[in-house]
Amino acid sequence: MSRRVVVVTAGLTVPSSTRLLADQLAEATTAQVTARGESVDVEFVELREVAGELATFMVTGGIPTPRLTELRERVSGADGLIAVTPVFNASFSGLFKMFFDALDPDALTGTPVLIAATAGSARHSLVLDHAMRPLFAYLRAVVVPTGVFAATEDFGSHGLSDRITRAASELAAAVLSQGDYGVGGFAPDLAARPRRSSGTQVEADVTPFGDLLRGHSGSD
Amino acid sequence: MQFGIFSVGDVTPDPTTGLTLSEGERIALMTRVALKAEEVGLDVFATGEHHNPPFVVSAPTTHLAYIAAKTERLLLSTSTTLITTTDPVRIAEDYAFLQHLSGGRVDLMMGRGNTGPVYPWFGKDIRDGIKLAVENYHLLRKLWREPQVNWQGQFRTPLQGFTSTPAPLDGTPPFVWHGSIRSTEIAEQAAYYGDGFFHNHIFWNKEHTEAMVKLYRRRFEHYGHGAADQAYVGLGGQVFMASTEAEAKRVYRPYFDNAPVYGHGPSLEDYTKMTPLTVGTPEQVIERTLGFADYVGDYQRQLFLADHAGLPESLVMEQLEMLGTEVVPVLRKEFERRRPAHVPSDPPTHASLVAAGPDSPHHLVEPARALAEAAASSVEEGA
Repeated sequence: MSRRVVVVTAGLTVPSSTRLLADQLAEATTAQVTARGESVDVEFVELREVAGELATFMVTGGIPTPRLTELRERVSGADGLIAVTPVFNASFSGLFKMFFDALDPDALTGTPVLIAATAGSARHSLVLDHAMRPLFAYLRAVVVPTGVFAATEDFGSHGLSDRITRAASELAAAVLSQGDYGVGGFAPDLAARPRRSSGTQVEADVTPFGDLLRGHSGSD
Repeated sequence: MQFGIFSVGDVTPDPTTGLTLSEGERIALMTRVALKAEEVGLDVFATGEHHNPPFVVSAPTTHLAYIAAKTERLLLSTSTTLITTTDPVRIAEDYAFLQHLSGGRVDLMMGRGNTGPVYPWFGKDIRDGIKLAVENYHLLRKLWREPQVNWQGQFRTPLQGFTSTPAPLDGTPPFVWHGSIRSTEIAEQAAYYGDGFFHNHIFWNKEHTEAMVKLYRRRFEHYGHGAADQAYVGLGGQVFMASTEAEAKRVYRPYFDNAPVYGHGPSLEDYTKMTPLTVGTPEQVIERTLGFADYVGDYQRQLFLADHAGLPESLVMEQLEMLGTEVVPVLRKEFERRRPAHVPSDPPTHASLVAAGPDSPHHLVEPARALAEAAASSVEEGA
C-alpha cells in the first residue's frame, strides 16, 4: 500500500528557498520510505496559489471555496505532512498560519508532521520550537523530534543535509507505523484510534436525538 | 407555499451617503418593511433577535405585536429566536401572548445566536450551545403542552407545579422551525420533533445546504413523521433587482462591498457563483430561485433578505414591490407546478393545526417517542 505525504509550503517567490528546502525534505522522505521497502506518493501544496481563497474563507466565516476545500481534504487524508514556512517577523508567515487556521481542529489528529522553516539568518531558528511545534501540538499532530531550520548560509553546509536525512528518517518511520493500532480490546479506543476529520463535509452519522436529549429532558 | 422577508435588524451606514439611521428610524423602517410585505402580497415577516449593537432587534414580540395590530393576514415569525440564552418560560409566555393578540398568525424559528459574549451576559456558556438548544426547547414544548410543568434540568432553576400563562391560543402551540447553518444536531432536533428545518442558505454554497436538508429529511422520515419529501423545509435567499443586470449590479455593488457579513472579501461576481445571491433582473431571480427546489426538494417557505447593509428605504421598498408583483406570483405558480400531490405546499399554520385536532402528534411533547412505541407494540401484536 502506497502512503501519501503532503508537503505544505508557504514560500512566496519563484524560486523560493522555502520550496527548495521542501523539495529536499520530500526527496529524503521518499528515499527513507523506499529504503524500508514501502512506497510513498508526495504531493505539494503551494499556499501562495490559494492566498485569495484563504482570505475569502477568513472574512466570510468559512465559506467553502473549491480549491481550498480540496486541499483541506487532501491534508487531513494524508499519512504524513511536511510543513515548511519562511520566517517573517519572528514567526511563521501569516499565509502559513491562515492555512492551518482554515483546517478543522480534528484535521491532523495523530498525523505525523515534519516541521521546517527558512530564514535569512540562524537567529530565527527557535521558530521551530516556539511557534511551529506548539501549533501542531494543539492540533494533536505527532511532530517528529527533528525539525529542520535552514538559514540562507545553511544551503552551503553539510549539516543541513544531515538534519534533513535524520528528520526524513523519523517521518518515514512514523508514517509507516500508522494504522498499527495494536490488538483490539487491550487499549482504550480513544487513544488507539485517532479520529481525523477534514470538516469539509456534513457528517452523515448524526448523533441520535435520544442521546442528545439524555439528561436534558427535565425528568431524568 | 409561503414567501416572505427576514430581517436581521442591523444598523449599518449607507456606504453611498455615509448616513446612518438612528435606532428609532431603523425600527420604524423595519415596521414599514413588514407592512409593505403584506401590502405587496407576501405571506411572512420574520425578525431577528440580537442583544448587541449594531442590531436593534432585542424585543421581537413587542415589535411583532405592533405589526400584528397593523396587519390583517401577515404571518409573523422570527429569524431567529435565541433558544440558548432566553429563558424558555419567557418564550412560552411571550409567544403564546402574541398568538392571542395576532389571532394565531405566529410561528417561530429557533436559533443559537452568534456572538460569544452574548452568552455570558445572559449567564450562559457558548460551549454549551447545543445542549442549551436541546434542553431549553424541550422545556418550551412542555410549557406549551402540559397544564402543569414539573421540571429539573441543567440550565435553569427547577419548576414545581408551574403553569405557563396564557396557554397557547385554542390550546394549540405555534409551529416551530429550527435554523442552523452547519450543526447537524439541530437538523436532527427538527427531525425528531417533526418540526420545520430552515437553512439560512445565503452565506454558503448550495452543496452544503443540500447536504443539511437531506440529513433533516432522512431523519424526519426515520422518526415516523412522514416521507422524507414531506418534511417542512424553509430557505433563505438574497436578491437585488433592476430592469437590467448591469443596472442591478451598479446600484447594489457598494452595499455588497461594504456589507457586514461578507464585505471587503470576495467580489460580487464570485459571491454570486459561490452562494444563492442573485443580482439581476426579476427573470433571473425567478430562474435562480426555482432552481433551489432542484437540490433541496419541493419546499414550503422561502424568505428573502431585503433590508440590510445600509440599503435606504427607497431601494428596499422598490425590491419588495418587485418581489410582490413580478417575482413571487410566478414562483407560486411554478413551484406548485412541479410539486407532487403528496408534498404539502404550506407548512402547518394555526388553522391547520387546530383543524388537525387535539389528538394530533403536534400536541405531544415527543411525537417520535409515541410513534416509536406504537410501532414497537404493533410488531409485538403481529408476533
